[in-house]
Parts: sequence; C-alpha cells; structure tokens
Amino acid sequence: MLAQALTKYGPQLINLFAAALLLLSFAMLAQRRILSLINLFAAQGFVLFLSTMLVAWLTGQHHLYGSAALTLALKVIALPWILHRLIRRLNVKWDVETLINIPTTMLVGIVLVILAFNLALPITMLAGTVTRATLGIALACVLLSFLMMITRSKAVPQVIGFLSMENGLFFAATGAVYGMPMVIEFGVALDVLVGALILGIFIFEIRERFDTVDTRHLERLKERP
Amino acid sequence: MASPLLQVLALACAWIALGALGLLRTSSTAWATRALYPAGALVGLLVAVAGLGALFQPPEALILPLGLPDLPFHVRIDALSAFFLVLLGVAAAGISVFGCGYFRADQGTAPGLVSFYYHLFLASMALVLLADDAYFFMVAWETMALSSYFLVTCDHRHAQIRSAGYLYLLIAHIGAIAILLCFGALQGGSGDYSFDGMRAAQVSGAWATVAYVLALAGFGAKAGIVPLHVWLPEAHPAAPSPVSALMSGVMLKTAIYGLLRVTLDLISFPLWWWGVVALALGLATALFGIVFAAVQSDMKRLLAWSSIENIGLIFAGFGLTLIFRGFGMGALAALALTATLFHCLNHACYKSLLFLCTGSVMHATSERSLGRLGGLIHRMPWVAWCALVGTIAIAGLPPSNGFASEWLLLQAFLFTPGLPQSYLNMLVPVAAAVVALTAALSGYVMVKFYGVVFLGQPREPKLAEAHDAGIWERTGLAWLAMVCVVLGLAPATVIGLLDPVTRALTGSGIAGLAQGWLFLAPIQPERASYSPLLVFAVAATIVLLAWLLVRLFYHGRSRRTRAWDCGFPFLNARMQDTAEGFGQPVRHVFETFFRIRTQAPAPRDLRPVYRESQEDRFWYGLYLPVAQGVNWVTGLVTVLQRGRISTYLTYSFATLLLLLLFVG
Amino acid sequence: MISASGLAAQFTELMLAVLLAPLLTGWVNQCRAWLQNRSAPPLLQPYYVLAKLFAKDVVLAHSASPLFRFAPYLIFGCIALAAAIVPTLGTDLPMNAAADAIALVGLLALARLFIALAGMDIGTAFGSLGSRREMLVGFLAEPALLMVLFTASLISGSTSLATIVETLAHKEFVIYPSLAFAGVAFTMVSLAENARIPVDNPSTHLELTMIHEAMVLEYSGRHLAMIEWAASLKLFVYSCIGLAIFFPFGVAEGGDAFGIVMALPALILKLAIGGVFLALIETLSAKMRIFRAPEFLGIAFLLAVLSMLVHVLLER
Repeated sequence: MLAQALTKYGPQLINLFAAALLLLSFAMLAQRRILSLINLFAAQGFVLFLSTMLVAWLTGQHHLYGSAALTLALKVIALPWILHRLIRRLNVKWDVETLINIPTTMLVGIVLVILAFNLALPITMLAGTVTRATLGIALACVLLSFLMMITRSKAVPQVIGFLSMENGLFFAATGAVYGMPMVIEFGVALDVLVGALILGIFIFEIRERFDTVDTRHLERLKERP
Repeated sequence: MASPLLQVLALACAWIALGALGLLRTSSTAWATRALYPAGALVGLLVAVAGLGALFQPPEALILPLGLPDLPFHVRIDALSAFFLVLLGVAAAGISVFGCGYFRADQGTAPGLVSFYYHLFLASMALVLLADDAYFFMVAWETMALSSYFLVTCDHRHAQIRSAGYLYLLIAHIGAIAILLCFGALQGGSGDYSFDGMRAAQVSGAWATVAYVLALAGFGAKAGIVPLHVWLPEAHPAAPSPVSALMSGVMLKTAIYGLLRVTLDLISFPLWWWGVVALALGLATALFGIVFAAVQSDMKRLLAWSSIENIGLIFAGFGLTLIFRGFGMGALAALALTATLFHCLNHACYKSLLFLCTGSVMHATSERSLGRLGGLIHRMPWVAWCALVGTIAIAGLPPSNGFASEWLLLQAFLFTPGLPQSYLNMLVPVAAAVVALTAALSGYVMVKFYGVVFLGQPREPKLAEAHDAGIWERTGLAWLAMVCVVLGLAPATVIGLLDPVTRALTGSGIAGLAQGWLFLAPIQPERASYSPLLVFAVAATIVLLAWLLVRLFYHGRSRRTRAWDCGFPFLNARMQDTAEGFGQPVRHVFETFFRIRTQAPAPRDLRPVYRESQEDRFWYGLYLPVAQGVNWVTGLVTVLQRGRISTYLTYSFATLLLLLLFVG
Repeated sequence: MISASGLAAQFTELMLAVLLAPLLTGWVNQCRAWLQNRSAPPLLQPYYVLAKLFAKDVVLAHSASPLFRFAPYLIFGCIALAAAIVPTLGTDLPMNAAADAIALVGLLALARLFIALAGMDIGTAFGSLGSRREMLVGFLAEPALLMVLFTASLISGSTSLATIVETLAHKEFVIYPSLAFAGVAFTMVSLAENARIPVDNPSTHLELTMIHEAMVLEYSGRHLAMIEWAASLKLFVYSCIGLAIFFPFGVAEGGDAFGIVMALPALILKLAIGGVFLALIETLSAKMRIFRAPEFLGIAFLLAVLSMLVHVLLER
C-alpha cells in the first residue's frame, strides 16, 4: 500500500522536496545567526537524502542508495558537527550586518529563481524524466548559494554557501540524470572536502592576522592603499 | 434633437463664451462666482449627459470650417471620447459648483480673469477629446497647457509658485514636441494628418515602435510618469484647489485618453512588448509615488504624489491591456482595459473630492502644512465626512469605487499565468505583488492624511476659529461624494457603460458575461464575483444590530473626562504624532528611494536645530545635470552675440552671399 | 440560486464564529499559561471580561469625535462580515457570491483603517503611536495575505473562497509545494496581524511596547468590549482562513446538512490543535524590536510572492 502511494505520488513528492530545498535556500539567505545557518544546512542535507532515497526507489537504481547514505553521513552528520566545533573555537555567533539588507537580498533571489528556471527550460523540455521542473530549482539553489556567499561579510557563512552550492549540484544530478557514476560522485565529494579544509585553514589564518573573521578586512591586502 | 457631437461642440463653445464674459468685469467676484461658475457647472453636467448619449451610438465625424486652408479642423465623437467626456463633465460640474464658494478677490489674479482661464481650460479639454486630426489636437492641447499654466500661476506674487508654473510649462512643451513627432511618425509618409488618414496608413514595424515610444514620452510627461513627473508635486500644490482638482482629476486623464487613442486606435496592431514597457513604467511610478507621498508634510503635495501613484496604476493596467492584446487574448484585454478606464473615472471623482476638501481646509485655517492642522472634524464636520468618503475610496477599501477598480485590475493580473511567453508568465504575477503593496501603502498614506488633518487635537490655537464650508462648497463636495458612492455600489452598471469602449478598442467586451446589476462577475461567476451593495447592506445590518442589541441588553450611558495621560499631566497637542513622524516607518523601509539631507546640530550649539529633507533623486540626478548641460551649450552659442552692430550686419551679409552663390 | 439551506448555513456559521471566537482566545491563553507553568484563567474568562465591560459606563475623552464613538461597531461589523465569508462548516455560503478573497483582505483592511483612525482621534501620543505601528504592520502584512490567497486562487482557478476550499478538499489529493511556502508566510502574517508574539505582546502594559493595545487605550465600557470581541473574532477568522486553505478536510461539500453537523467537531478539533500550536510559538519566541518588524513582514511578503512563483514554475 505504501509502495502504491509512493508510486502514485512519487513525482509530486520530488516536487515537494525541490520546493523544500528552495525554501531552505531562502531561509539561509534570510538568516542572521550562524548557529541557525548550520542547522538549516543540515536540514538541506536531510531533504537531499530523502529525495535521493525516493529517486532510488522509484527508478530502481541501487547505487543511488549508496549516494544517499554518503549524503547522510557527510552532510547531515559530519560537516555540521565540524562547523559547530569551528564556530565554538572561533567564538562567532552573529553575522550582524550583511552587505545589502535582507529584503533586498531576497528580492534579488526571486529574480535569480526566475532566471534559473527560464535558463533550465529548454533542457527540461528534452528530459522526459520523472523530475521535470527540478532542474530549474536546482540551478536556482546554486545561484542562491552563490548570492549568499557574495552578500555575507563573515567567513563561516561564505563557507556554508560554498557547501550548499554542492547540494544544489547534487540535487540536479539525481533529479535530471538519476545520479552520477559513483566515481564522479566521489570526485566531487573529495573536491568539496578539500575545498572546505582549505577554507578552514584560510579562516584560521585570517583570524591570526586580523583578529577577526570579517572578510572585508582582506581588503587591506592591496598593492596601493 | 441635435446629434451628440453638435451638442458637445455647442457646450464647448458655451464654456468659451462664459470665459469671454468673465473678461467684461474682471474685478467683480460676484459676477464670476454667482453667474459664470454656476453656468459652467450646468454646462459640465450637460456635457456628461451628452457623453452618455454618445456612448451607445456609432461614431460621428464632422469637418469644421475653421483651421488652415488645407487642413480644416476635424472632429469626431466615438465611445472612447464619449467616456472621457462623461468623466470631464461629472468632475467639472462638482468642481465648478465648489468654485462658486471658493474663488475670492485678493488672490493675485482678478476673479474674472481666473474665470476666463478656467472656462477656456475646460473647453480646451473637451476639444482635445473631440479632435480628429493632429493639427486640431495640438491646438487644443496647447490651449489646455497654456490656460492651465495661467491658472497654476494664479497667485503670482510668490516666487515659488512662479517657478512651479515655469517647470510645468517646460515639461508640458517637451511632451508636446514628443506628441507632435509621434503624429509625424504615424502619418506614414502620406502627408495626411487627420486621424482617419493615420488609421488608413497602418504604420507597422519600426515606425510604429517609434511612434509608440514618442507617445509614451509625450503623454507620459503630461500624465506624470517617472521620470517626467517632477512638475506634478510642484504645480498641483501651487494652483488654487479647484484648479488642482481639475488638473489631477481630469487633465491627467486626457493624457491617458491620448495614449489610448494613439496606441489602440491609430496604430492597428500593438505589440505585446510595448505593454511590458508600460507595465514596468507604471509599477515603478506607482511605488515611487506612494513612497514619496508617505513622507510629505504639505497636504496638497501629498495628494499630488498620490496622483502620481494612481497614474502609475492606470499605466500598469494599460500595459496589461497591450500585453493581452498583443497575444490575441481579447476578452482578457477587455477586462484589463475596463479596469483601467474604471480607475480613471474613480480617480477623477475621489481625487477631486480630496483636493476640494483641502481647499476648504485652507480657506478656513489658511494653513497648508500638516504640522499646523488637526482636530478639524469638530469644527468642519461636513468637510470631514466628505473627506472620509474620499479617503476610503482612494485607499481602495470595499465597498468604495476605488476597491471595485482595483478588484478588476487584480482579477486581470490573476489571468497572467496563462500567457504564452515563458518569462512573462512568471514575472507578471510577481508584478501583482507590487500592485498589492502599493494599495496597502496608499491606505497608510490616507490614514496619515485624514488622521493628521481632521482627527486628534488642533496643533495651533487659531484652529479653534475654523468655520465649516459654505453652501456652494458643500454642494460641490456632496456631489462628488455622492458620485463616488454610486460608482462604488453599482460597478456593474459602469461596466455596462464601458462595454462599447472596450469593444471599439479591443474587439470584445465583458459586460455580456455579467450577472445583472447586482453582481460584478467579469469572466465567470464561479471564478470571481463581488457585490458591493450586498457587502454594504450586510455590514450595515450587522453594525446596526450590534448597536441595537447592546443598547437593549445593557445600556447606552457615557460620560466625558480627560484623556489618559499615564501620570504626566502636561500633555499638549504638540505631543501627538506629526506628519513626519507618521511617515517615518515608510522612510526607514524605503530609504534607498530618497536623497536624504540631514542637518544635525553640533555638540556645543546653543540653539540646536535638526532638519531633514527627503528629496527626489531624479531632480538631482537627471534634471540638474541636463539643465547644466543645456546652460553650457547655450554658453557656447552666446559667443555669437557680440553686441556690436557691425557683427550682426556681417552675419546677414554672409548669409545673403551664401544664398546668392549656392542657390542662385 | 440562493437556497434556504444556504441561508441557514450562512447564518449558523456567522453565529458560530461570533459566539465561539472568545472561546478560542480563552483556549490560547490557557495553553500559554500551561506552557509557562502558571495556573490558567478559566476557559470562559474572555466571556466574563466581555460581560463586565458591557455593564460598565463608557468614559470618553473630551476630544472624542463621532467617528471614535462609532468605530467599534464598524470594526466589529467588518470582521463579522469577513467571518461570514470564510467557509468553516460548509461551502454553500450565499455571501461567497458577494465577496471573494480579495474582498476579504479589503474588509480586514477597512477594519484596520477604522481602528487606526480611532487611535488618532483623541490626539494623545499613545494613540497615534499605536496607529502608526499598526499601519506599519498592516502595509506589509496585507499584501502578503493577498499573495497567499492568490496562490490558493491560482491553484483552484477562482478567487471565491468556497471554490478554493472545494478544490483543495474534495478534488483528488495533490501535493502542492507552493502551499508549503504560503503556509510559512501565512503563519508569519497571522502572528503579526493578530498582535501576537513575536510582533506584539497582547498582555503588555508598557505603552512603548504596544501596538494594538495603544490604539485602544482610550476605549472603555461597551466600546472596548466590541473591540476586544472584534480582535478575538479576527483571530478566529485568520485561523479559519488558514484551516480552509491548508487543512480543509472535514468541511462539508455544498449545503449537505449531515456534512455540516459532522464538520463541527472537525472544526473544533482543528481549532484546538491550532490554538496549542499558536501558544507554542508564542512561548518559544521572544518579542522582537519594533524596528525588526518590517524585516519580518518583508520576509513574509517575499515568501508569499515566492509561493506564487513556485506554483507557476512547478505546478502547471
């Protein structure tokens, strides 16, 4: 019975997960406190896990179960834990001002969603898969995370933006092409891990030199003052 | 019974005649206000009746024996002209009656002269609506601009009023040049400047787009679209209140008439992306206008900015009409056009009503600034209750007429996800959000306006001697309030009146789908339906029942005492919210719209002064640089003027030699 | 077209709304007290307060105008009419042909206009402060509510609330992701409009922190009773709008009398759960500074616009 319901409502559930992903991206854009930001990122990872499981079940591709398990381990458990430890050591809790105020950021975000969806439209016309409209949403998530990286002035939200860009890419992969080959999957995950490590070292160096993690202070490193 | 065209022509001539009669005894107030203005009001009423008659008849044309030898004046009356004539007549009747009680002798210009300009203004607006060729249109348009200029600078003793008039005339002429060029583009090389010739020329392609852009610029300058709006907040407050009412209520609508005539009648196939431009401009204007209205501290400037907002909404509806028409969705284009035209009519009524109320307030208190008014509902109840009708209407709240036209506009927006173009069917529903935001902000602004002027305690002691409006003023206000109420309670009838107009312009009408006079159900009753009469009746019943039942079961006793002061006994009228204070949240939220200049006191100032002004970015960013550029160019040209006669004679000699050599 | 059963259903729903609204307020207050480990006032306390206020004399300030005296009835009438439009028990409501979702928002705005004007009427600092803040909350909350209702209208193809409920309740069950966005936006808007934490504290007595209470500071006796009743009716209306759009199961289809009788326990259950949810939100949040309220409501507005966008993107 559950199987029947899942088959019948499967595509709609995927749509729901896509919308939840978009909602979480906007919630991250609108969030000021870094603690809540990390929790939202973990929630995003969880939604991704659920949607990957559903796609795996609907299409019968078993390697996607592995991807889902990897997502759960890395993005819901490991990375948020590392980030929580990081902000405890750095003692940052608040991101008080963003570069442009939050309603304007959200307005730009809405325009980006429209743009992303229209850009993805020709591709979704070609792909006759289960998850038609989700490619646009995935592209929108990537663009929104990029926007979050641009409008934040502290380093940790920028790192989270970078990590959630990968979330969007992963969703696009599972949604449109039923997952990538495991090799590419591992490659991308390794890239992200290395990137996060480098950014972590970066943050500590910034802290050492400028005694703050406000990345605007990096502007002091210029040729001419 | 003469045809409606001849009737309206005769009535326009009657207005000109009344104006000329005013020149006979220019300094007599009684001659103007007891004889001329009442006659003008009667003529206005007859114009409205004639317009109503012409709505359901086929178009009629006539060639007058005036004008140039090769280009006589063509006049034509059709459904579109008839509708705007009704608008003109209804508003003019109320305003003229009000003017009988308003115009006085010591206002800078003699009353007879004011009456001349006033009736000439009315006549020229009627002739603009009737004109059927470019030449007559421009003659009537220019007369309208000039007569309104003289009316704006009525009280020419103040330098600020003179400069406001100058700015108005300047931008009106820039617009007129654009309109002239537009007509040039429309005649399509045939040399036939009559509108029939332009309809036959069927301009299309690049020239049609050029004509549309020029029409948008030219008529937009007269209507007050951003960025050509800077004259409106200066000119409308500078004029006497009946003139402000006429300008805001009727003159801006002649610009809309011109745009509709050019785009939907003279250009045969409007493109859909023209509508997107108009929609974007309209929404930007609406938001800009209402945000600025929220921070004003002069009541007439506030109403002028609110006019800019309403013109923006009308342009947005017009843009929506073009979009639907461009995609061939006739019924939806008719819906959007009906909403636009209905909004024009409503705005004419309630904006005139509000401007006239401010006129009465200024007469009674000689104060314009919101910081010196207050508590006038006790001294001027008639004006206050009429202003309440106008406030509810302009805020777009049921069951008023403002709500009916906004309801129709929002219903038209709800159909936009069905548009065939992929970017449009995502962006336009989002545009509906801007309309909703503007409507909510206009409620905010009107609460500020009404609350600060009429409610609360008087902020100046001399307000205690304010007297209510005279009998003429009351009649004018009552007439306009009554029209607002009737339009609000019977919108389906108005839709029926608009049917011939929309059929002529878009090819379909929505009145055939209506459910009788009680319900407004534009497309299908299951989709949406609204009945203001029922809403009003049921609400009134509930209110009355509640009042009666409370009195029945309990009692109706009350007694008076002092207001709650939280233990501080020295509360005075200065401690209530000022106009600036009421507008502060909007200023805070929409800070990027303004150019804010602050003057804060230094720490050791013995007499600290704090001053903050919110100015228009367009003035400093666009107009001043352009003005400086023009000054610089003219500075270069003044090199030619040496002041020596031999230099000027040399110029004439050189020109003569050139002509002989090259032409001969 | 208008059937007798429809009229009876309409009248029943209106009476139910008017009579049950203070009970909902009392239930929310009880839940809050339990969550905050206080002893709760009796469930019928709002009724006792109303009875007490009606019995008292009205004390008016010297500068009160006729608008001030008449406004409480007007406010009550507008919100009662709004309650008559929202389908709570059945969808066969004759008033639905007279006023649709847009008119519903308009009626609530009309009530807000009158209470803001009444707040400015006496001319003290508190009243105008309250009016200004109320209009601040209103000018962002009203378009957000309208956009939420537009999302529901786009889904069901009509702005009539009865049609919306019928589409969402009785047609085949479809998952609408746009309603997820709309739900979050609607919750934020209802918290703001009903003067609940985190936007306004309904039980504060410090004038500088008041929004709603400051406007009605000068009202007393039967006028204050009408306004308090109207406020609890407004909470009832917002809860019923939320239930009608997001949880419309249990609403009877058409004028089916048996269905209406069965819908009543369903409604009471849903409202009770909603009340617990509201009390939970109020207990877990802190009241935000008034300067943050535009940001909060701006987010609600943009989420509502986003819900319309998601509908156009995903659900056609």
